[in-house]
Amino acid sequence: MRTTPYLMSLPALALFAGVVVVPLAMTVLLSFHDWGQYKGIEPVFILKNWHEVLSDSYFHEMFGRTFRIAFCVTLLAALLGAPEAYILNRMKSPWRGLFLLVILGPLLISVVARTLGWALLFGGSSGLVNKALINLGLASSPLPFMFTETGVIVALTHVLMPYMVLAVWASLQRLDPQIENAAIALGAGPFTVLRRIVLPQVMPGILSGAVIVFALAASAFATPAIIGGRRLKVASTLAYDEFLNTLNWPLGAAVAVLLLVALVAIVWGTNRLVERRYAQVFA
Amino acid sequence: MAFLELENLSKAFGTYKAVDGLTLSVEKGEFVSLLGPSGCGKTTTLQMIAGFVEPSGGAIRLGGKDLLAVKPAKRGLGIVFQSYALFPHMTVAENVGFGLEMQGVAAAERMTRVGETLELVGLGAFTARFPRQLSGGQQQRVALARALVIRPQILLLDEPLSNLDAKLREGMQIELRQIQRTVGTTTILVTHDQAEAMALSDRIVVMNQGRAEQIAPPHEAYEKPATAFVANFLGKTNLVNGASVRPERIAFAASGLAGTVRTRIFQGNHWLYQVDTASGLVTVIRQNSGDAMPAEGDTVHLAWGAAS
Ligand SMILES: Nc1ncnc2c1ncn2[C@@H]1O[C@H](COP(=O)(O)OP(=O)(O)OP(=O)(O)O)[C@@H](O)[C@H]1O
Ligand SMILES: [Mg+2]
Repeated sequence: MRTTPYLMSLPALALFAGVVVVPLAMTVLLSFHDWGQYKGIEPVFILKNWHEVLSDSYFHEMFGRTFRIAFCVTLLAALLGAPEAYILNRMKSPWRGLFLLVILGPLLISVVARTLGWALLFGGSSGLVNKALINLGLASSPLPFMFTETGVIVALTHVLMPYMVLAVWASLQRLDPQIENAAIALGAGPFTVLRRIVLPQVMPGILSGAVIVFALAASAFATPAIIGGRRLKVASTLAYDEFLNTLNWPLGAAVAVLLLVALVAIVWGTNRLVERRYAQVFA
Repeated sequence: MAFLELENLSKAFGTYKAVDGLTLSVEKGEFVSLLGPSGCGKTTTLQMIAGFVEPSGGAIRLGGKDLLAVKPAKRGLGIVFQSYALFPHMTVAENVGFGLEMQGVAAAERMTRVGETLELVGLGAFTARFPRQLSGGQQQRVALARALVIRPQILLLDEPLSNLDAKLREGMQIELRQIQRTVGTTTILVTHDQAEAMALSDRIVVMNQGRAEQIAPPHEAYEKPATAFVANFLGKTNLVNGASVRPERIAFAASGLAGTVRTRIFQGNHWLYQVDTASGLVTVIRQNSGDAMPAEGDTVHLAWGAAS
């Protein structure tokens, strides 16, 4: 009865095909269709949209911005998240649980709510922080936050930080607690222990966290939509606009597919690199 | 004056006394084992010497100097952890060389000494491997080499052989003893295996509930146990009419304590008997000399000590 396992996974496969493969294939197909202001979508096979996306400098700039933001967010999340996870891991029992909740709790709150929080603090001259800074005489005009790349990066880092902390935390958990003592007994100072012993061992965790954060940052929608708005578009907000405002679905589809392909390539490439680098050591 | 002195050393976790007034002097070059059941405070004692656990009372002196005033990183002790705690991202040579690197030993000398030490533990051909690519016994040797290469004042071993199978463990015991003899490092071994402690040590410290019940050479502790706990922990023992008698000291004789053989178990080089007598169940161990032995149900007479 060799076929039984395949038959049994048929429902799941059907569901996967129904909700992932088919819409994806339709989106890819859509990106080759034509569109006109008055004629709407025409089911023909042309490369117009792809030509536009790949040659127009507007799209270059937008994709460049998308990946620049994703890269900065990933870097920031790693620089802040890894030490955060390390400190968390060293905390004693009641505090550790409490702070884990503080760090992971935001995952329970909608991204929109969390991003709106940033907007309330820094949004123009009515933002709380901006108001305070101006009233205190520390700033003459509101800090440029809304509709800036910095703003999107800061808010996205905040939103995506828990994923990095979780990934690093998981690899810290696998660390033999005696290993740091072993290094200390051999004469290593606290900084050497961190740099030579702990960091190399949690590197796979940091890298896998980075892959997750990068992918989520590059495809994020709510945060860039709220902070970046219509003025500072990234790939996902642009695709959204093409679909729902301009109604140029084929162009939006081309943007969406290109984003997907680029992301898959980056994530897959990084994974290959990590696996080859660490296969020997961490099997 | 002794080389390493523990004086009234204590450690309490909350109200629980894990180590309770332990006093011990270790001579230079001596091999001492801390032996006792699980949870009796062996690891805690070792960790206090290493500096990873702060004593709640007492003193530790090394060569007459207060060791507690020295930071763990500056104590210069070699430690082999139960889990080995090898650095998984470093090769065997890098693992062993790490301590020398921390001491600022130049690369050329480092290579020579790492090579020598790995040769000593029989791993000369494995320098470029990662710990993952080694067997348990080989990892254990790397851990030993890593501790020995810094020429430590004291070698601390926390159940280093407990993860190995019986055969390998025996081999490593002999090797460990030989290596210790060769380098002459003062060694403290923690174990709950009485055979291991007796095989390796100059003296053993039998611990129970944080206290030392007896500190003596293995043979003396076995022959003249200070307490009933020591007698029981160091091997099978019979309590006959208030006296403690080792099973291998009891012989079948023409006259003596009469009894019936209840069970007889063949164990290769010896027979293990349980004999029902008027003073209760007595365990008897007899060498297998190839001669015919009493069978189950037979009536026998037991004799020992002065009576035999
Ligand atoms: N950090 C700690 N907090 C509270 N209790 C502890 C702590 N460390 C050890 N103990 C307790 O102290 C006692 C002695 O522990 P220790 O690890 O020294 O035992 P051990 O003799 O090494 O046992 P084993 O043979 O099982 O390793 C145990 O009862 C243990 O539960
Ligand atoms: Mg222990």
